[in-house]
Amino acid sequence: MTVLLETRHLIKHFRGVKAVNGIDLTLLTGCCFGLLGPNGAGKTTTVEILEGIQQPTSGTIRYLGEALGPRFRQDIGIMFQSTALQDHVTGRENLQMFASFYQRRLPLDALIEACALGEFLDRDTRKLSGGQRQRLLLAIALVNDPELIFLDEPTTGLDPQARRNFWELIHRIKARGKTILLTTHYMEEAYHLCDEIAIMDHGKIIAQGTPRKLLATHFDDVVLQLPLADFPDPAPPLAHPVVYGRDTVDILTQDVGATVQELLAYNIPLARLLIRPRTLEDLFLELTGRELRT
Amino acid sequence: MNFERFWAVFLCRNWEFLRDRSTLTWNLLFPISLIAGFAVAFSGPGLDLYKVGVLSDASGGNGGDFFQTRYVQFIPVADLAATLPKIERHQLDMLVDPVGRRYWINEESPKGYVLERVLRGAGAPTDFNKQTVSGRVIRYVDWVLPGIMAMNMMFSCLFGVGYVIVRYRKNGMLKRLKATPLTPLEFLSAQVASRLWLILATTVLVFIGTDWVLGFPMHGSYLNLFIVFVIGAISLISLGLIVAARTASEEVAAGLLNALSWPMTFLSGVWFSLEGVHPVLQQCAQLAPLTHIIDAARAIMIDGAGLAAISGHLLMLTAMSLGFMAVSAWMFRWE
Repeated sequence: MTVLLETRHLIKHFRGVKAVNGIDLTLLTGCCFGLLGPNGAGKTTTVEILEGIQQPTSGTIRYLGEALGPRFRQDIGIMFQSTALQDHVTGRENLQMFASFYQRRLPLDALIEACALGEFLDRDTRKLSGGQRQRLLLAIALVNDPELIFLDEPTTGLDPQARRNFWELIHRIKARGKTILLTTHYMEEAYHLCDEIAIMDHGKIIAQGTPRKLLATHFDDVVLQLPLADFPDPAPPLAHPVVYGRDTVDILTQDVGATVQELLAYNIPLARLLIRPRTLEDLFLELTGRELRT
Repeated sequence: MNFERFWAVFLCRNWEFLRDRSTLTWNLLFPISLIAGFAVAFSGPGLDLYKVGVLSDASGGNGGDFFQTRYVQFIPVADLAATLPKIERHQLDMLVDPVGRRYWINEESPKGYVLERVLRGAGAPTDFNKQTVSGRVIRYVDWVLPGIMAMNMMFSCLFGVGYVIVRYRKNGMLKRLKATPLTPLEFLSAQVASRLWLILATTVLVFIGTDWVLGFPMHGSYLNLFIVFVIGAISLISLGLIVAARTASEEVAAGLLNALSWPMTFLSGVWFSLEGVHPVLQQCAQLAPLTHIIDAARAIMIDGAGLAAISGHLLMLTAMSLGFMAVSAWMFRWE
């Protein structure tokens, strides 16, 4: 795999605030790279700099070893979280307009079939459902057969079926050797789709690696989860950390057998006990905190 | 400049306009209502310029020739107390009581002053001899029509382009286009071209419809008039582009567009001649594209002027178009 996009010490200031504070990223060809972070972490600014929409205050970005230029514009596809399309114009006309912007184009019929646009292609874009609209926006992002595709929270607001359907589309794009930069708030989505992820907070990358490697690096325990109603109050003095959720209690342990014995010793009902491995969401919350971001 | 990209944006903008029924209806209904308004306002005898209330009886027996004065509308009124406030508020220019041999005017009203002079017979010295002007008879409607067409064009150019681009910026569409190889020049040219043909089509419709209803004189070349409207529309659209170049709020855009359009309307002589207006204002009027469009259109339609005679106006409009385009291209930001 070769280096497709590379940034070195990217910095972006907004009126004295460092939105991006020294980001180094390397995207390899054919890789799906996930950029995660809480609201206000600097993720959108970073992605917009990578897309060439914003200029960094300092630092360098190179695409195939060159500064971003006309070739980069021809080679990328972008799907914003909420791209507005022209009113009163059909999906087909939108596709045709965007296709005309590029030298290289995918055959529209193939694109229409790949993204399953057939049934609503000639409908006014204002009359599309959320899932249909996202599929059309993905098709627009792919219209130039891009080497690098930016997907900014592409499944936000979609129902589970539409989200699974969208994942399938992304898998097919990956199978064609395309490089994807994905931002999402769904950890399950990142785990399912990404080969590598970076977690950002306060303008910096605070963790980076493959999902499995990140979990293995940060955690050596599993979670024993009980409904809050089944857990005694006051809590018994367990030998393991206990994390209270809204409706559940998580007991973090490296020795499931011993912990279960301990719970039985306190007569805690285990009928609804759930044992699960650590997830990206656990890692995300551990690294970025649990307080609400706006 | 890539023509394919320009054409694709041009087509989509046209579809958007033509399929938006409310906008399309308004753009067609407005000129048609304008024509209907002209028909009602100008097809009968000349417009009355003054309004005089006449207490009790309007037979005019006691007022002599005053009640035969043309262009004065005499309105019978019965209640003196209820009518006097109308004099104060300039709703009536004069109130006459033929029986009581009295009249009322508002001392601040220029029309009241003129009517008083007419009523009291304070005319010119008797040794002046009346002369009449020979040649083409020009009605007020013939004179005002080119101005109204140009004004209609101005509002459509300024708001039609300015608002649309600001809306695109606000809803994020410009940001999406920025991430493509489309250049600002291609995008802006497509917007100008799309609005231009739509405005010209509307203006031609107004012209034909008004001529059919009112039958105004056209002493010059239709082609020359079309050239004036084309260059004039380009200059006004370019002016709208300056407003849209960076503005991200429709409210701010509306304020700026109103700040441009209303002074232009008043200074360009749409409704009245600028003769006698302060010289500084007359000079300011020369900075407005609308003034040159109206002056050139009147010269062609009323005086039969050729291109050479209106070349000064065409040069000014061309220079303004280039200047406004350069400024808007320099100021333009996708976001």
